[in-house]
Amino acid sequence: MDPRLPTAIIVVVGIPAVLVGYILATEQVLRAFPERLKPRIRPWLWLAPALAFLIFYLIYPTIGTVISSFQDQFGKNWVGLANYAWFFSADDGIGSLVNNIIWLVLLTAITVGVGLLIAVLVDRVRYESFAKSVIFLPLAISATAASVIWLYMFAYQPPGHAQTGTLNAIVTALGAAPIAFMPTSEFKFNTVMLIIVTAWVWTGFAMVIISAALKGISTELLEAARVDGANEWQVFRNIIFPLLLPTLTVVATVMIITALKAFDIVYVMTNGNFDTQVIANAMYTWMFTNGNFGRGSVLAIILMLTVIPVMIFNINRFRAQEAIR
Amino acid sequence: MIGGSVTVLAQWTGTEQDQFMAMLKPWADETGVKVNYTGTRDEPTVLTTAIAAGGASLPDVAGIPGPAQMAQFAKAGQLQDLSTALDVDTYKSQTPQSLVDLGTVDGKIVGIFLDVSAKGQIWYDPKVVGDLSSSAPKTWDDLQTLITSNKSKATAPWCFTVESGAATGWPATDVLESFVLHTQGPDYYNDWWAGKVKWTDPGMKADWQMLGDMAANSYGGSNTILTTNFANAGDPLFTTPPGCLFLHQASFITGLGQFAKETKLTDYNFFPFPSVDAQYAGAVEGAGDLFGMFKSTPQSQSLMKYLVSAPAQQLFVQGGEFLSANKGVANYPNAMNQALGSLLANASSFVFDASDQMPTEMQNEFYKGLVNYIKSPDQLDSILSHLDSVQASAYSQ
Repeated sequence: MDPRLPTAIIVVVGIPAVLVGYILATEQVLRAFPERLKPRIRPWLWLAPALAFLIFYLIYPTIGTVISSFQDQFGKNWVGLANYAWFFSADDGIGSLVNNIIWLVLLTAITVGVGLLIAVLVDRVRYESFAKSVIFLPLAISATAASVIWLYMFAYQPPGHAQTGTLNAIVTALGAAPIAFMPTSEFKFNTVMLIIVTAWVWTGFAMVIISAALKGISTELLEAARVDGANEWQVFRNIIFPLLLPTLTVVATVMIITALKAFDIVYVMTNGNFDTQVIANAMYTWMFTNGNFGRGSVLAIILMLTVIPVMIFNINRFRAQEAIR
Repeated sequence: MIGGSVTVLAQWTGTEQDQFMAMLKPWADETGVKVNYTGTRDEPTVLTTAIAAGGASLPDVAGIPGPAQMAQFAKAGQLQDLSTALDVDTYKSQTPQSLVDLGTVDGKIVGIFLDVSAKGQIWYDPKVVGDLSSSAPKTWDDLQTLITSNKSKATAPWCFTVESGAATGWPATDVLESFVLHTQGPDYYNDWWAGKVKWTDPGMKADWQMLGDMAANSYGGSNTILTTNFANAGDPLFTTPPGCLFLHQASFITGLGQFAKETKLTDYNFFPFPSVDAQYAGAVEGAGDLFGMFKSTPQSQSLMKYLVSAPAQQLFVQGGEFLSANKGVANYPNAMNQALGSLLANASSFVFDASDQMPTEMQNEFYKGLVNYIKSPDQLDSILSHLDSVQASAYSQ
């Protein structure tokens, strides 16, 4: 018998049993309270296990990270704001924040823009589902595999030699000198290339969501506009776009968070060399490669602080939508 | 019979893993201990994370990335004293003193070398520059003369590439280390990785410039150096016409890239790094795979004792990938490994890979500094002073 079998049985039978047992137990506890208070206490008791997990796995580590951001690399001595001062002077600190801002603007613009364009265009053709599948496909590839594929696309050989990289084969066929895509940091060229790789992965995601919203717009509305004499651009600008706006906001928010969290593609393709560092990769480098918990924690906190406004915006918008309903 | 099981973590996968498991087999058969082996290239992260989590998930026995991390783990009390597991007198009599010292922290033996490698050989194709096995250039100037007389035979004198994923830059640290060892000597070299020599020291700067010269005379220039994986560094040696005449790399290169497809001695051969300053002739830089014991059990103690023994080491080198740290092993499967083995055995002094002994933060910035220097040679002064500022904080413990 496989030694894992008893564990599997415990998991399959035990966990539902514990859950049901917990609900029954809460009712026992509630008996001690007057009838009037029961409806108020019950939801909290039901929420308690989830809250406990949340506190243990999210709140407690966050507090721990804040504490270690004021400590030295070994987490032994207090160093005040030294780690924060380092962040604002180092290439891995402020330099990666600048790169993340470029990521945020470009990645969101490309994925939402191109996603919208494709969604609107394929809506009008017969081979829509095939076209959408092809564009969605890269999302099913792991980021590491996507990076390796693109490293082959970007491969560089000295001028005058056969180019093994697809892009440089095209560039040299057109008569230009081969481009070393990854080391070229002038005008943030290599960062833009990394963003294009990420956009290649994520555009399909934006397209699918936008396309679904597009299908939700009633055809009567569009017919009515056309009968009233609106041309196709006016229909798009004044009818479709405003109705898509809530969806576009959701997709843009997701892409902004993706841009701020950018890690895997940078780690595999440049590891932050050639001025392409981003906060999440800098955090990994300082925390795990350099073993400097103080600086790693500062980077984690900066990353969290940049994401919080986006989250607040998202929650407010969500509440506003609930209010409309 | 001991029975039970032992967990082992090391960086070997593929054929290297097979060779390691083949070495363990006689021991496992004799003792009845089951070996649970995990092979990962992400060894440092796995170990650091396990220690940060309290150490419960640490393996019994593990490969350790380098002496710097070994010292870190030992000082944190995670590595066990091996004097209980090893027969210390036998171990010391069979192992070169410099290797015993490298495995010792605060007077305790905590690490053993499972294998060693000689670094900084110069590789060439005898069909292009002729057989140099009896007429190898003795000095750096001799090598320059040799390059001048063979200049027309290849696109560039040197092959040089540094791309290696997240560790991009490390092959260049080996080149710089060869220059430092042979221009400044072993004492300076050891002070340097220990943080007692400034990066802006004039001698150090001169060595960086020697590396810069090599990069400037390399096949494909800086873009090729920065974008080509180190495993393919030597491929242009074998093209027609050849892209380069010489490649500086450790002996493991013979298992990688085009080397793996060519024939030893007829298609490629090596000579030791020539001396720059005559008084340091014969100094050799090496590296090796350290093993340590995180949990002291009868099984792990027996395994450690077996790993350093001459029969186990003889079995390990038999596959052709490794050189032994045990002086009792002299029987290598081929002439090239024999030559490398004797190079190590007859070294006037043996130093360990400097970058692997620096604190990890210093090491990582060293990699990045060399990458930046190869990309922008005019930035040398600012790169070196940045490394000085890293040095000022990275060594404080």
